[in-house]
Amino acid sequence: MRLPRALGGWGVAITGLAGDARASQPLNYLVSHGLQNDVTLPLTKALIAVSLTVVLIIGLLIVAAILRRPGLQPVAGARLEVGPEGGGLSWIWIGVGLSSLVLLASIAWTVAVLGQTVHPPSKPKTRIEVTAHQWWWEVRYVDENPALDFATADEIHIPAGEPVAFKLIGGDVIHSFWVPLLGGKTDLIPGLTNESWLQADTPGTYRGQCAEYCGAQHAHMAFLVVAQSPQDFRRWRDSQLQSPAAPQGEAAQGAQLFTMHCGSCHSVRGTDAGGVLGPDLSHLMQRQSLAAATLPNDPAHLSQWVSDPQAIKPGAYMQKPELTAAELAAIRAYLGTLR
Amino acid sequence: MSASEYERTPGIGDSVRHPEIGERLKRLWESEPGLRGWLTTVDHKKIGLRYIVTAFAFLVIGGIEALIFRLQLSWPNRHVLTPEQYDQLFSTHGMTMIFLYALPILSGFSNYLWPLVLGARDMALPRLNALSYWIYLFSGIFLYAAFIAGFGPNDGWFNYVPYAARAFNGGPNIDFYSLGMVLFGMSTTVGAINFVVTFLRMRAPGMSINRVPMITWGTVTANAGNLFAVPSVSLAFFMLWLDRNAGTHFFDVPGGGQPLLWQHLFWMFGHPWVYAIVLPAMGMVSEALPVFCRRPLVGYTAVALATVATMVLGFGVWVHHMFATGLPPIALSFFSAASIIIVVPSAVGVFAWIATIWLGKPVFATPFLFFAGFILLFTMGGVSGYMTGSLPVDWQLTDTYFVVAHLHYVLIGINVFPVVGATYYWFPKFTGKLMDERLGRWNFWTMFLGFNLGFFPMHVSGLLGMPRRIYTYADGMGWDWLNLITTVGGFVFATGVLLFLINVVISHRRGRPAGDNPWDSPSLEWATTSPPPPYNFAVIPTVASRYPLWEDRMPRSVRESATEAGLVLDHGREAVGTGPLDAQPDIILKMPSDTIVPFVLALMLTVLFVGLVLHWWWLAVLGLLGTGAAALVWLWPRAELGETAEAKSG
Repeated sequence: MRLPRALGGWGVAITGLAGDARASQPLNYLVSHGLQNDVTLPLTKALIAVSLTVVLIIGLLIVAAILRRPGLQPVAGARLEVGPEGGGLSWIWIGVGLSSLVLLASIAWTVAVLGQTVHPPSKPKTRIEVTAHQWWWEVRYVDENPALDFATADEIHIPAGEPVAFKLIGGDVIHSFWVPLLGGKTDLIPGLTNESWLQADTPGTYRGQCAEYCGAQHAHMAFLVVAQSPQDFRRWRDSQLQSPAAPQGEAAQGAQLFTMHCGSCHSVRGTDAGGVLGPDLSHLMQRQSLAAATLPNDPAHLSQWVSDPQAIKPGAYMQKPELTAAELAAIRAYLGTLR
Repeated sequence: MSASEYERTPGIGDSVRHPEIGERLKRLWESEPGLRGWLTTVDHKKIGLRYIVTAFAFLVIGGIEALIFRLQLSWPNRHVLTPEQYDQLFSTHGMTMIFLYALPILSGFSNYLWPLVLGARDMALPRLNALSYWIYLFSGIFLYAAFIAGFGPNDGWFNYVPYAARAFNGGPNIDFYSLGMVLFGMSTTVGAINFVVTFLRMRAPGMSINRVPMITWGTVTANAGNLFAVPSVSLAFFMLWLDRNAGTHFFDVPGGGQPLLWQHLFWMFGHPWVYAIVLPAMGMVSEALPVFCRRPLVGYTAVALATVATMVLGFGVWVHHMFATGLPPIALSFFSAASIIIVVPSAVGVFAWIATIWLGKPVFATPFLFFAGFILLFTMGGVSGYMTGSLPVDWQLTDTYFVVAHLHYVLIGINVFPVVGATYYWFPKFTGKLMDERLGRWNFWTMFLGFNLGFFPMHVSGLLGMPRRIYTYADGMGWDWLNLITTVGGFVFATGVLLFLINVVISHRRGRPAGDNPWDSPSLEWATTSPPPPYNFAVIPTVASRYPLWEDRMPRSVRESATEAGLVLDHGREAVGTGPLDAQPDIILKMPSDTIVPFVLALMLTVLFVGLVLHWWWLAVLGLLGTGAAALVWLWPRAELGETAEAKSG
């Protein structure tokens, strides 16, 4: 029964206190696990409170204005008394005066928050280039030493507790990079390079989502941000620089099929599969999800995805492969070795 | 014809003692019966009603589209629609509501009512008025023909490039949308010119600028704004069409074009447009709400100035649609502050309306319910707008359902609710019959409760991170029940709209007779019969106060406005031109008679656009020649309109 959880969710939404929203409401930004959102959230909540208060006051005033004296029932054509034109201006002066104070205070707070969110608190050591494609995320870790560069997709690992710089590139159409629990959106626009930063307070997995309409599969263009302790992050980073182990048996046959049928779009580090049109799959098995965080990464879903991507993401550029069941099984076995 | 025709001292008559004045004017002003008369009429009342009927038809169509995709979104992972169907539906829904419904409905009311509330015989430019309607109708058909053929817009009403570029959107969808919008923009532009000129020149003698009925302030402000806003979007759409069809590179990234140029051009239009489609509706409320409070509006001057201020500020906030595009924060912060400050003139209206109710004696008729409900919805749409105005907060809110909630509170709350209330209020004037009050109450409460049930939860699903424009969503995001409630509320709201339409049909057939002035209103449209005769007023009224028909009862009021005796003006179709500020009469205007030319011009223009979109160049040339020929006939100097040298020199 989902109702109680949903109601609990309202509680989380409104108070931002209870439960681990990362699991039950993965995009609920009234919960913060990142520095940017930590700074913004009090302002967000204050604006919500001001808004609700204003609606309440105005609502009560309307009701009181209507009910304070007996109303008249409409009678067509009746000639009624008419009140004098003057008076009532104090309503406008007082109402607008009070509103203006609140508005000016809101602007001041807005600018203060802006000052704290535009730049990271310290110079980021980790730099990540994210290129958005219809409908997946290319993620490239750039180091001063190019030998330490590597690529992955749809899952971004970052060290927790320190700022990470993002270079945001629009690969085809406009997309928007958004990890609600950590911070706000920045668009990825072809022809421009945008910059942004995030800092996760604690290790954990945070869901991200494309927030700009980008075509048929905009709905299925999510990603995960995995914040790790600095040690775990370094370990993960080192693992990404390795080439996957050479496949054996059925997987070896799958590797050949993969290079032939999939390699013009996908890359696997250290093999002949060097395509750049689709996600890099070098360490696919280390990722939690498939197809831009649309499916959990388990053998059943992997088989389903590879055998008919259009059934899951109609309109995606990955076509249904013309392969026999045995060939597909071999490819899946090979993919299973990409750790 | 002599010069004194325009500067002669016109006859003064008494329409009550001399009913033959009306008969003579009727012969001059009445349109021919039958199809011919239907196509040639330039009567603002007929054109106004056509606008209203057409716009309501689009409201119903756009609403049905929304109901269909709400079924798709009512629960996770539903398969009512394919992604492409969903994308075309939500884009067409936006296009329909924002362009084909929201402004035309207001233009319809203004077209019908303006000459009546201003005490004039017609709009200043009656043929332009007909042209504006025909182009609107044809552009609507043009856009919907594409949709029915499966080529509806699929990139949202905002139509961002590069997704709208040929490389990513190969079908003819965006070509139809682009050219359709250019065509529609012409309708808006000529309509806007007409309103501005009418406001400046067609007011009854004595209706100085501080006595103008409130309804005209909203419309004239909006249309003055449109004159500056619409060229931006027409240009953008035309540039996009060139990019797609002629190989230009305005927005094309590999060719050095800029996707953000589109967004600037679009929102420089788009945000002022938002005000253009609410200010006239706010004007309707400022006009009609006081009638049901039995007192004049509190703060006439403040509300009129706030209307203008909103429009002016409205040109300086477009970048708040682009807060996430990576523009420099220092620039964004100015737009953020402006977007928050624009609340101030809106607050003027809210407090003026509440004070008017507070200090008056409410009459609980259906229009009053809609106007009072509107104040609350306006406030709710206002505060959510204020939240999105705050830059760092908007980085979270933008492109989520919070914004969907906000814009529907604005557009339904500030446009649809006043429009329905205004229909109840002015229906007696349109038809001579009253709408049913009991059904009216049911209508209001169903719409009001259904609307809030449907759209309020969108705020919450937005805060829970639901992005806009997704055709489906996964289980376990925390949005499923919220979406189900939204869908249910949407259907309840639609039922309310259906009750409204039923009430219109029933009341049109057998509503109670209304009489000339059923609500005991103060303004000039109620000084003539319901429905008004083709010439509106047998004699031109003279105005001495803001509330001519209340002068006999308002304390300390002068009683000098005259509606029974005044200028006769019956040498052909004539109207009086008055000064822009003091409304002193300064010229007799010769008004054009009915003509087929606006219809032909609009039709030929549409032929041109059909030729362009289908690349049938011969048809485009034909349309262009036809348009030119029609324009030539239109502009050919005519002695009876005083356009020839002989006529001028006398």
